[in-house]
Amino acid sequence: MIKARVTVTLKNGVLDPQGKAIEGALGSLGFDGVGGIRQGKVFDLELATADRAKAEADLKAMCEKLLANTVIENYTIALA
Amino acid sequence: MKSAVVQLPGLNRDRDMIAALTKISGTAPVTVWQTETDLPDVDLIVIPGGFSYGDYLRCGAIAARMPVMQAIKAKAEAGVKVLGVCNGFQILLEAGLLPGALMRNASLKFVCREVKLEVVNAETDFTRAYDKGQIIRSPVAHHDGNFFADAETLAAIEGNGQVVFRYADGTNPNGSLNDIAGVMNAKGNVLGLMPHPENLIEAAHGGSDGRGLFASVLDVIAA
Repeated sequence: MIKARVTVTLKNGVLDPQGKAIEGALGSLGFDGVGGIRQGKVFDLELATADRAKAEADLKAMCEKLLANTVIENYTIALA
Repeated sequence: MKSAVVQLPGLNRDRDMIAALTKISGTAPVTVWQTETDLPDVDLIVIPGGFSYGDYLRCGAIAARMPVMQAIKAKAEAGVKVLGVCNGFQILLEAGLLPGALMRNASLKFVCREVKLEVVNAETDFTRAYDKGQIIRSPVAHHDGNFFADAETLAAIEGNGQVVFRYADGTNPNGSLNDIAGVMNAKGNVLGLMPHPENLIEAAHGGSDGRGLFASVLDVIAA
């Protein structure tokens, strides 16, 4: 079994109203000087294979087909 | 004129859509469940609004991968008209049938109110009952209606007349780029919009501004 983590983040230039709101909330808690917050998603997966190359290829296909909306999001894949 | 309304778990505006289509065309649409791949022979397929799959992952993302969507894609390629309203619009974008994406409203709040829409392109099968530049009223109810497309896509859809409806008179409820409320594909047979024209079609709704959209698409098909 291979464990993997997929991280999905907004592309540069895509407005992130949630990130902005979180930034404002941190400011109101007294955390000064925090900027550029972008909210994203993390997926932890377990793949029933020992073939790392296949796992990477499958994960890429999963990202392209479902996990990320590539119109607005980028993704990175990390195998444990 | 034959139409179909798609049903998926979590879509809840299907009955409103069925009522509107029935009242305006005089014929009840057939309903199509998400697992169906052999679609009935219809002229118009409508994906109504709601919260398919609880808006999990991204609005419309799971619904867009259901078997029925492959069948709808094939029908759209064959020229059948497809209309997506609200969650239906989100599903069409996630399925790649329309350009762009819909993000969380800029206000981060669910908006449920009436807006004004400018009919930007009145030369489509969905809008010919209206005049170009006409301002119509329409209800909206959504949390993720903030239209986004990269600069290149935006320029292309603006240049091709694919922007069909724009929020007018400062009523943009969600931060959409260029006040975009509804877009169609390059071929002109697939339209998606966030507002709910099916909820403003008769006196009991307090107006009938939304009727023109259905009258357009039904008249054209009848002709």
